[in-house]
Amino acid sequence: MSHDHDHDNELDPFAARVRALETILSRKGLIDPAAIDAIVDTYETKIGPRNGARVVAKAWSDPAYADWLKRDATAAIESLSYTGRQGEHMQAVFNTEETHNLVVCTLCSCYPWSVLGLPPVWYKAPPYRSRAVIDPRGVLEEFGLTLPTTKKIRVWDSTAELRYLVVPMRPDGTDGWSEERLADLVSRDAMIGTALAQEPQQTGEPA
Amino acid sequence: MNGPHDLGGQMGFGPVAPEKDEPYFHAAWERRALGVTLCASAMGAWTIDESRHARESLHPADYYSSSYYQIWIKALETLLKRHGFVSERDLKAGEAIDAAATPKRVLKAENVPAVLAKGGPCDRPVATAPRFKAGDAVQTKNFNPSGHTRLPRYARDKRGTIEAVHDGFVFPDTNAHGQGENPQWVYTVVFDGTEIWGEGADPTLTVSIDAWESYLEPA
Repeated sequence: MSHDHDHDNELDPFAARVRALETILSRKGLIDPAAIDAIVDTYETKIGPRNGARVVAKAWSDPAYADWLKRDATAAIESLSYTGRQGEHMQAVFNTEETHNLVVCTLCSCYPWSVLGLPPVWYKAPPYRSRAVIDPRGVLEEFGLTLPTTKKIRVWDSTAELRYLVVPMRPDGTDGWSEERLADLVSRDAMIGTALAQEPQQTGEPA
Repeated sequence: MNGPHDLGGQMGFGPVAPEKDEPYFHAAWERRALGVTLCASAMGAWTIDESRHARESLHPADYYSSSYYQIWIKALETLLKRHGFVSERDLKAGEAIDAAATPKRVLKAENVPAVLAKGGPCDRPVATAPRFKAGDAVQTKNFNPSGHTRLPRYARDKRGTIEAVHDGFVFPDTNAHGQGENPQWVYTVVFDGTEIWGEGADPTLTVSIDAWESYLEPA
Protein backbone atom coordinates (compact mmCIF):
# COMPACT_ATOMS: atom_id res chain seq x y z
CA MET A 1 0.00 0.00 0.00
CA SER A 2 1.46 3.32 -1.07
CA HIS A 3 1.72 6.20 1.35
CA ASP A 4 2.43 9.01 -1.04
CA HIS A 5 -0.60 10.90 0.28
CA ASP A 6 1.50 12.18 3.20
CA HIS A 7 4.30 13.62 1.14
CA ASP A 8 2.86 17.11 0.92
CA ASN A 9 3.05 17.47 4.70
CA GLU A 10 6.71 16.74 5.41
CA LEU A 11 7.29 20.16 6.97
CA ASP A 12 4.22 20.33 9.19
CA PRO A 13 5.16 19.19 12.72
CA PHE A 14 1.71 17.89 13.52
CA ALA A 15 1.50 15.98 10.25
CA ALA A 16 4.82 14.40 11.17
CA ARG A 17 3.45 13.47 14.60
CA VAL A 18 0.41 11.74 13.12
CA ARG A 19 2.53 9.99 10.55
CA ALA A 20 4.91 8.74 13.24
CA LEU A 21 1.99 7.42 15.27
CA GLU A 22 0.56 5.62 12.26
CA THR A 23 3.98 4.14 11.51
CA ILE A 24 4.50 2.93 15.09
CA LEU A 25 1.08 1.32 15.24
CA SER A 26 1.32 -0.35 11.85
CA ARG A 27 4.86 -1.66 12.52
CA LYS A 28 3.51 -3.22 15.71
CA GLY A 29 0.71 -4.82 13.73
CA LEU A 30 -1.96 -2.92 15.67
CA ILE A 31 -3.49 -1.10 12.73
CA ASP A 32 -3.82 -1.79 9.03
CA PRO A 33 -3.02 1.33 6.97
CA ALA A 34 -5.37 0.04 4.28
CA ALA A 35 -8.17 0.13 6.83
CA ILE A 36 -7.45 3.84 7.32
CA ASP A 37 -7.75 4.34 3.57
CA ALA A 38 -11.08 2.50 3.62
CA ILE A 39 -12.40 4.60 6.52
CA VAL A 40 -11.39 7.87 4.87
CA ASP A 41 -12.89 6.80 1.57
CA THR A 42 -16.15 5.93 3.30
CA TYR A 43 -16.56 9.34 4.90
CA GLU A 44 -15.11 11.34 2.06
CA THR A 45 -17.05 9.76 -0.81
CA LYS A 46 -19.83 7.48 0.46
CA ILE A 47 -21.54 8.85 3.57
CA GLY A 48 -22.63 12.47 3.61
CA PRO A 49 -25.53 14.88 3.97
CA ARG A 50 -27.36 13.44 0.95
CA ASN A 51 -28.44 10.54 3.17
CA GLY A 52 -30.18 12.94 5.52
CA ALA A 53 -31.64 14.96 2.66
CA ARG A 54 -33.29 11.82 1.31
CA VAL A 55 -34.75 11.08 4.73
CA VAL A 56 -36.22 14.60 4.89
CA ALA A 57 -37.56 14.43 1.34
CA LYS A 58 -39.26 11.14 2.06
CA ALA A 59 -40.78 12.55 5.23
CA TRP A 60 -42.10 15.52 3.24
CA SER A 61 -43.60 13.21 0.62
CA ASP A 62 -45.00 10.40 2.71
CA PRO A 63 -47.03 11.20 5.86
CA ALA A 64 -46.80 7.61 7.10
CA TYR A 65 -43.01 7.76 6.83
CA ALA A 66 -42.97 11.14 8.57
CA ASP A 67 -45.00 9.67 11.40
CA TRP A 68 -42.64 6.70 11.69
CA LEU A 69 -39.65 9.05 11.65
CA LYS A 70 -41.22 11.02 14.48
CA ARG A 71 -41.90 7.91 16.57
CA ASP A 72 -38.81 5.82 15.82
CA ALA A 73 -36.23 7.65 13.76
CA THR A 74 -33.64 4.90 14.19
CA ALA A 75 -35.85 2.32 12.49
CA ALA A 76 -37.27 4.71 9.90
CA ILE A 77 -33.79 5.81 8.85
CA GLU A 78 -32.46 2.26 8.94
CA SER A 79 -35.19 1.30 6.44
CA LEU A 80 -33.30 3.47 3.93
CA SER A 81 -30.06 1.64 4.84
CA TYR A 82 -28.47 4.65 6.55
CA THR A 83 -27.09 2.96 9.61
CA GLY A 84 -23.91 2.85 11.55
CA ARG A 85 -21.37 4.63 13.63
CA GLN A 86 -22.68 7.80 15.30
CA GLY A 87 -26.16 7.05 14.03
CA GLU A 88 -26.99 4.11 16.26
CA HIS A 89 -29.74 5.99 18.10
CA MET A 90 -31.53 8.66 16.09
CA GLN A 91 -34.18 11.23 16.88
CA ALA A 92 -35.80 13.43 14.25
CA VAL A 93 -37.05 16.85 15.35
CA PHE A 94 -39.52 18.68 13.15
CA ASN A 95 -39.58 22.41 12.59
CA THR A 96 -43.04 23.97 12.74
CA GLU A 97 -44.59 27.40 12.21
CA GLU A 98 -44.13 27.99 15.94
CA THR A 99 -40.75 26.42 16.69
CA HIS A 100 -37.32 26.24 15.09
CA ASN A 101 -34.95 23.48 16.18
CA LEU A 102 -31.19 23.79 16.49
CA VAL A 103 -28.73 21.02 17.36
CA VAL A 104 -25.42 21.37 19.18
CA CYS A 105 -23.04 19.27 21.23
CA THR A 106 -21.66 21.57 23.90
CA LEU A 107 -19.45 18.84 25.42
CA CYS A 108 -17.73 17.51 22.33
CA SER A 109 -18.90 17.00 18.76
CA CYS A 110 -21.74 14.47 18.79
CA TYR A 111 -23.25 14.43 15.33
CA PRO A 112 -25.20 11.95 13.20
CA TRP A 113 -22.39 10.71 10.98
CA SER A 114 -24.52 8.07 9.28
CA VAL A 115 -26.99 10.61 7.88
CA LEU A 116 -24.94 13.82 7.65
CA GLY A 117 -21.37 12.55 7.28
CA LEU A 118 -18.52 14.08 9.24
CA PRO A 119 -19.33 17.36 10.98
CA PRO A 120 -18.00 20.67 9.67
CA VAL A 121 -15.26 22.41 11.62
CA TRP A 122 -17.55 25.14 12.94
CA TYR A 123 -19.82 22.55 14.54
CA LYS A 124 -16.88 21.18 16.54
CA ALA A 125 -15.31 24.53 17.44
CA PRO A 126 -15.79 26.58 20.64
CA PRO A 127 -17.71 29.56 19.16
CA TYR A 128 -20.68 27.42 18.07
CA ARG A 129 -20.59 25.00 21.00
CA SER A 130 -20.47 27.81 23.56
CA ARG A 131 -23.09 30.12 22.06
CA ALA A 132 -25.70 27.86 20.49
CA VAL A 133 -27.31 27.25 23.89
CA ILE A 134 -27.20 30.81 25.20
CA ASP A 135 -27.53 32.97 22.09
CA PRO A 136 -28.99 30.84 19.32
CA ARG A 137 -30.49 33.84 17.51
CA GLY A 138 -27.10 35.52 17.39
CA VAL A 139 -25.56 32.32 16.06
CA LEU A 140 -28.23 31.97 13.39
CA GLU A 141 -27.65 35.57 12.30
CA GLU A 142 -24.05 34.62 11.61
CA PHE A 143 -25.36 31.97 9.24
CA GLY A 144 -27.50 34.61 7.57
CA LEU A 145 -30.72 33.33 9.11
CA THR A 146 -32.90 35.88 10.88
CA LEU A 147 -35.92 34.34 12.54
CA PRO A 148 -39.01 36.32 13.49
CA THR A 149 -38.87 37.34 17.15
CA THR A 150 -42.09 35.43 17.74
CA LYS A 151 -40.62 32.14 16.57
CA LYS A 152 -39.65 29.91 19.48
CA ILE A 153 -36.22 28.35 19.48
CA ARG A 154 -35.57 24.89 20.80
CA VAL A 155 -31.95 23.90 21.21
CA TRP A 156 -31.10 20.21 21.50
CA ASP A 157 -27.79 19.60 23.29
CA SER A 158 -26.52 16.11 22.35
CA THR A 159 -25.32 15.03 25.76
CA ALA A 160 -26.07 11.32 25.43
CA GLU A 161 -25.84 8.89 22.51
CA LEU A 162 -28.97 10.16 20.75
CA ARG A 163 -28.16 11.89 17.49
CA TYR A 164 -30.50 14.49 16.10
CA LEU A 165 -31.76 15.23 12.62
CA VAL A 166 -33.71 18.45 12.11
CA VAL A 167 -36.53 18.08 9.59
CA PRO A 168 -36.99 21.56 8.12
CA MET A 169 -40.38 22.78 6.93
CA ARG A 170 -41.25 21.92 3.34
CA PRO A 171 -41.09 25.03 1.18
CA ASP A 172 -44.21 26.27 -0.55
CA GLY A 173 -44.44 25.78 -4.29
CA THR A 174 -43.13 22.23 -4.24
CA ASP A 175 -46.39 20.34 -4.68
CA GLY A 176 -45.96 17.28 -6.82
CA TRP A 177 -42.18 17.34 -6.69
CA SER A 178 -40.36 14.02 -6.68
CA GLU A 179 -38.38 13.02 -3.60
CA GLU A 180 -35.22 13.44 -5.62
CA ARG A 181 -36.02 17.07 -6.47
CA LEU A 182 -37.12 17.79 -2.93
CA ALA A 183 -33.88 16.41 -1.52
CA ASP A 184 -31.98 19.04 -3.50
CA LEU A 185 -33.65 21.71 -1.34
CA VAL A 186 -32.27 20.22 1.88
CA SER A 187 -28.80 21.34 2.88
CA ARG A 188 -26.67 19.90 5.64
CA ASP A 189 -27.09 23.11 7.61
CA ALA A 190 -30.89 22.87 7.37
CA MET A 191 -30.65 19.47 9.05
CA ILE A 192 -28.55 20.92 11.89
CA GLY A 193 -30.91 23.89 12.17
CA THR A 194 -28.56 26.67 11.10
CA ALA A 195 -30.48 27.12 7.83
CA LEU A 196 -33.93 26.59 6.40
CA ALA A 197 -34.79 24.46 3.39
CA GLN A 198 -34.11 26.29 0.16
CA GLU A 199 -37.01 27.89 -1.66
CA PRO A 200 -37.75 26.34 -5.07
CA GLN A 201 -36.53 29.41 -6.96
CA GLN A 202 -33.13 29.18 -5.20
CA THR A 203 -32.29 25.94 -6.99
CA GLY A 204 -32.56 27.48 -10.41
CA GLU A 205 -35.24 25.00 -11.44
CA PRO A 206 -38.77 25.94 -12.44
CA ALA A 207 -41.06 25.60 -9.43
CA MET B 1 -15.35 17.10 35.05
CA ASN B 2 -15.31 20.85 34.75
CA GLY B 3 -12.93 20.67 31.83
CA PRO B 4 -12.25 22.94 28.88
CA HIS B 5 -14.68 20.89 26.77
CA ASP B 6 -17.74 21.97 28.79
CA LEU B 7 -18.43 25.01 26.65
CA GLY B 8 -22.16 25.72 26.93
CA GLY B 9 -22.72 29.38 27.78
CA GLN B 10 -19.04 30.37 27.88
CA MET B 11 -18.26 33.70 26.30
CA GLY B 12 -15.40 35.25 24.42
CA PHE B 13 -14.78 32.77 21.62
CA GLY B 14 -15.95 35.18 18.95
CA PRO B 15 -18.26 34.62 15.99
CA VAL B 16 -18.99 31.29 14.36
CA ALA B 17 -17.11 31.15 11.08
CA PRO B 18 -18.97 28.94 8.62
CA GLU B 19 -16.81 28.08 5.64
CA LYS B 20 -18.54 27.98 2.27
CA ASP B 21 -18.13 24.61 0.53
CA GLU B 22 -16.01 23.35 3.37
CA PRO B 23 -13.97 20.23 2.57
CA TYR B 24 -14.17 17.26 4.93
CA PHE B 25 -10.46 17.57 5.63
CA HIS B 26 -8.27 20.66 5.67
CA ALA B 27 -4.96 18.78 5.47
CA ALA B 28 -3.91 15.31 4.41
CA TRP B 29 -2.87 14.44 7.96
CA GLU B 30 -6.45 14.97 9.18
CA ARG B 31 -7.54 12.00 7.06
CA ARG B 32 -4.93 9.82 8.73
CA ALA B 33 -5.86 11.21 12.16
CA LEU B 34 -9.48 10.18 11.68
CA GLY B 35 -8.50 6.74 10.42
CA VAL B 36 -5.82 6.05 13.01
CA THR B 37 -8.21 7.04 15.79
CA LEU B 38 -11.01 4.79 14.54
CA CYS B 39 -8.65 1.87 13.90
CA ALA B 40 -7.10 2.23 17.35
CA SER B 41 -10.50 2.34 19.03
CA ALA B 42 -11.47 -0.79 17.08
CA MET B 43 -8.79 -2.66 19.08
CA GLY B 44 -11.40 -2.72 21.82
CA ALA B 45 -9.18 -1.57 24.69
CA TRP B 46 -11.21 1.51 25.59
CA THR B 47 -14.73 2.84 25.26
CA ILE B 48 -16.00 6.00 23.61
CA ASP B 49 -16.52 7.37 27.13
CA GLU B 50 -12.90 6.81 28.07
CA SER B 51 -11.76 8.48 24.84
CA ARG B 52 -14.03 11.48 25.47
CA HIS B 53 -12.56 11.76 28.95
CA ALA B 54 -9.02 11.65 27.55
CA ARG B 55 -9.88 14.59 25.27
CA GLU B 56 -11.52 16.67 27.98
CA SER B 57 -8.56 16.00 30.28
CA LEU B 58 -6.18 17.99 28.12
CA HIS B 59 -4.88 21.14 29.80
CA PRO B 60 -7.29 23.96 28.95
CA ALA B 61 -4.60 25.99 27.21
CA ASP B 62 -3.73 22.95 25.10
CA TYR B 63 -7.39 22.14 24.35
CA TYR B 64 -8.30 25.65 23.23
CA SER B 65 -5.23 26.08 21.07
CA SER B 66 -5.61 22.72 19.34
CA SER B 67 -7.65 21.99 16.27
CA TYR B 68 -10.23 19.25 16.51
CA TYR B 69 -8.12 16.44 15.09
CA GLN B 70 -5.14 17.63 17.11
CA ILE B 71 -7.26 17.09 20.22
CA TRP B 72 -8.10 13.60 18.95
CA ILE B 73 -4.47 12.67 18.36
CA LYS B 74 -3.21 14.04 21.68
CA ALA B 75 -5.90 12.09 23.53
CA LEU B 76 -5.19 9.00 21.43
CA GLU B 77 -1.53 9.04 22.46
CA THR B 78 -2.66 9.12 26.09
CA LEU B 79 -4.97 6.15 25.56
CA LEU B 80 -2.38 4.14 23.67
CA LYS B 81 0.17 4.70 26.44
CA ARG B 82 -2.34 3.94 29.19
CA HIS B 83 -3.24 0.61 27.60
CA GLY B 84 0.30 -0.44 26.79
CA PHE B 85 0.23 -0.16 23.00
CA VAL B 86 2.87 2.53 22.68
CA SER B 87 5.48 3.85 25.08
CA GLU B 88 6.84 7.30 25.65
CA ARG B 89 10.06 6.01 24.08
CA ASP B 90 8.20 4.97 20.93
CA LEU B 91 6.60 8.39 20.62
CA LYS B 92 9.84 10.27 21.30
CA ALA B 93 11.71 8.25 18.73
CA GLY B 94 8.84 8.09 16.25
CA GLU B 95 9.58 4.39 15.92
CA ALA B 96 8.27 1.10 17.24
CA ILE B 97 10.78 0.25 19.97
CA ASP B 98 8.90 -1.36 22.84
CA ALA B 99 6.66 -4.41 22.67
CA ALA B 100 2.94 -3.74 22.64
CA ALA B 101 0.04 -5.20 24.57
CA THR B 102 -2.06 -7.68 22.61
CA PRO B 103 -5.17 -6.07 21.11
CA LYS B 104 -8.52 -7.84 21.18
CA ARG B 105 -8.70 -7.39 17.42
CA VAL B 106 -7.12 -5.51 14.54
CA LEU B 107 -9.44 -3.84 12.06
CA LYS B 108 -8.63 -5.01 8.52
CA ALA B 109 -9.58 -3.04 5.44
CA GLU B 110 -12.03 -5.66 4.21
CA ASN B 111 -13.97 -5.41 7.49
CA VAL B 112 -14.26 -1.61 7.53
CA PRO B 113 -17.66 -1.34 5.78
CA ALA B 114 -19.27 -3.87 8.13
CA VAL B 115 -17.73 -2.37 11.26
CA LEU B 116 -18.76 1.19 10.38
CA ALA B 117 -22.26 0.06 9.39
CA LYS B 118 -22.67 -1.80 12.68
CA GLY B 119 -21.48 1.11 14.82
CA GLY B 120 -21.49 0.72 18.58
CA PRO B 121 -25.01 0.73 19.97
CA CYS B 122 -24.96 1.52 23.68
CA ASP B 123 -28.56 0.95 24.67
CA ARG B 124 -28.81 -1.68 27.38
CA PRO B 125 -31.65 -3.22 29.35
CA VAL B 126 -32.30 -1.74 32.79
CA ALA B 127 -33.80 -3.99 35.44
CA THR B 128 -35.80 -1.32 37.23
CA ALA B 129 -38.74 0.73 35.92
CA PRO B 130 -38.05 4.34 34.93
CA ARG B 131 -38.27 6.67 37.93
CA PHE B 132 -39.78 9.51 35.87
CA LYS B 133 -42.37 9.87 33.13
CA ALA B 134 -43.06 12.50 30.50
CA GLY B 135 -44.40 15.68 32.11
CA ASP B 136 -42.67 15.21 35.46
CA ALA B 137 -40.92 18.22 36.95
CA VAL B 138 -37.32 17.42 37.83
CA GLN B 139 -34.32 19.11 39.34
CA THR B 140 -30.85 18.36 38.04
CA LYS B 141 -28.26 17.63 40.66
CA ASN B 142 -25.55 20.02 41.63
CA PHE B 143 -22.30 18.14 41.50
CA ASN B 144 -18.81 18.82 40.25
CA PRO B 145 -17.08 15.47 39.90
CA SER B 146 -13.41 15.36 38.99
CA GLY B 147 -14.15 12.42 36.67
CA HIS B 148 -16.19 12.21 33.48
CA THR B 149 -19.81 13.31 33.40
CA ARG B 150 -22.29 14.20 30.67
CA LEU B 151 -24.29 16.68 32.73
CA PRO B 152 -23.07 20.05 31.43
CA ARG B 153 -22.26 22.72 34.01
CA TYR B 154 -24.92 25.07 32.71
CA ALA B 155 -27.61 22.45 33.31
CA ARG B 156 -26.70 21.59 36.91
CA ASP B 157 -29.04 22.51 39.76
CA LYS B 158 -31.76 23.56 37.31
CA ARG B 159 -35.45 22.85 37.22
CA GLY B 160 -36.79 21.26 34.06
CA THR B 161 -39.44 18.96 32.68
CA ILE B 162 -39.18 15.40 31.43
CA GLU B 163 -40.20 15.39 27.80
CA ALA B 164 -39.34 11.83 26.82
CA VAL B 165 -38.16 8.60 28.38
CA HIS B 166 -35.64 6.83 26.19
CA ASP B 167 -33.99 3.44 26.54
CA GLY B 168 -31.46 2.42 29.12
CA PHE B 169 -27.97 3.50 28.11
CA VAL B 170 -24.46 2.80 29.30
CA PHE B 171 -23.60 5.26 32.07
CA PRO B 172 -20.59 7.30 30.91
CA ASP B 173 -19.63 8.56 34.36
CA THR B 174 -18.53 5.06 35.39
CA ASN B 175 -17.82 3.55 31.99
CA ALA B 176 -15.19 6.20 31.22
CA HIS B 177 -13.18 5.00 34.20
CA GLY B 178 -13.38 1.23 33.75
CA GLN B 179 -16.02 0.97 36.45
CA GLY B 180 -18.61 -0.81 34.34
CA GLU B 181 -21.49 0.08 32.06
CA ASN B 182 -24.10 0.41 34.84
CA PRO B 183 -26.88 1.27 32.38
CA GLN B 184 -29.54 3.77 33.45
CA TRP B 185 -32.66 5.25 31.93
CA VAL B 186 -32.03 8.34 29.83
CA TYR B 187 -34.53 11.18 29.62
CA THR B 188 -34.90 14.27 27.48
CA VAL B 189 -35.17 17.12 29.98
CA VAL B 190 -36.30 20.55 28.77
CA PHE B 191 -35.41 23.81 30.49
CA ASP B 192 -36.67 27.30 29.88
CA GLY B 193 -33.91 29.61 28.73
CA THR B 194 -34.73 31.89 31.65
CA GLU B 195 -34.20 29.05 34.17
CA ILE B 196 -30.69 28.48 32.84
CA TRP B 197 -29.54 31.95 31.86
CA GLY B 198 -31.64 34.13 34.12
CA GLU B 199 -32.04 37.83 33.61
CA GLY B 200 -31.88 38.90 30.00
CA ALA B 201 -32.38 35.40 28.61
CA ASP B 202 -34.23 34.96 25.31
CA PRO B 203 -37.85 34.42 26.43
CA THR B 204 -38.57 32.20 23.42
CA LEU B 205 -35.67 29.84 24.15
CA THR B 206 -35.89 26.31 25.50
CA VAL B 207 -32.88 24.03 25.80
CA SER B 208 -32.92 20.28 26.27
CA ILE B 209 -30.32 17.80 27.35
CA ASP B 210 -30.41 14.02 27.49
CA ALA B 211 -29.88 13.13 31.12
CA TRP B 212 -29.13 9.84 32.84
CA GLU B 213 -31.50 9.04 35.68
CA SER B 214 -28.97 9.55 38.45
CA TYR B 215 -28.52 13.18 37.35
CA LEU B 216 -32.12 13.91 38.33
CA GLU B 217 -34.28 14.38 41.41
CA PRO B 218 -38.02 15.01 41.58
CA ALA B 219 -38.68 18.76 41.71
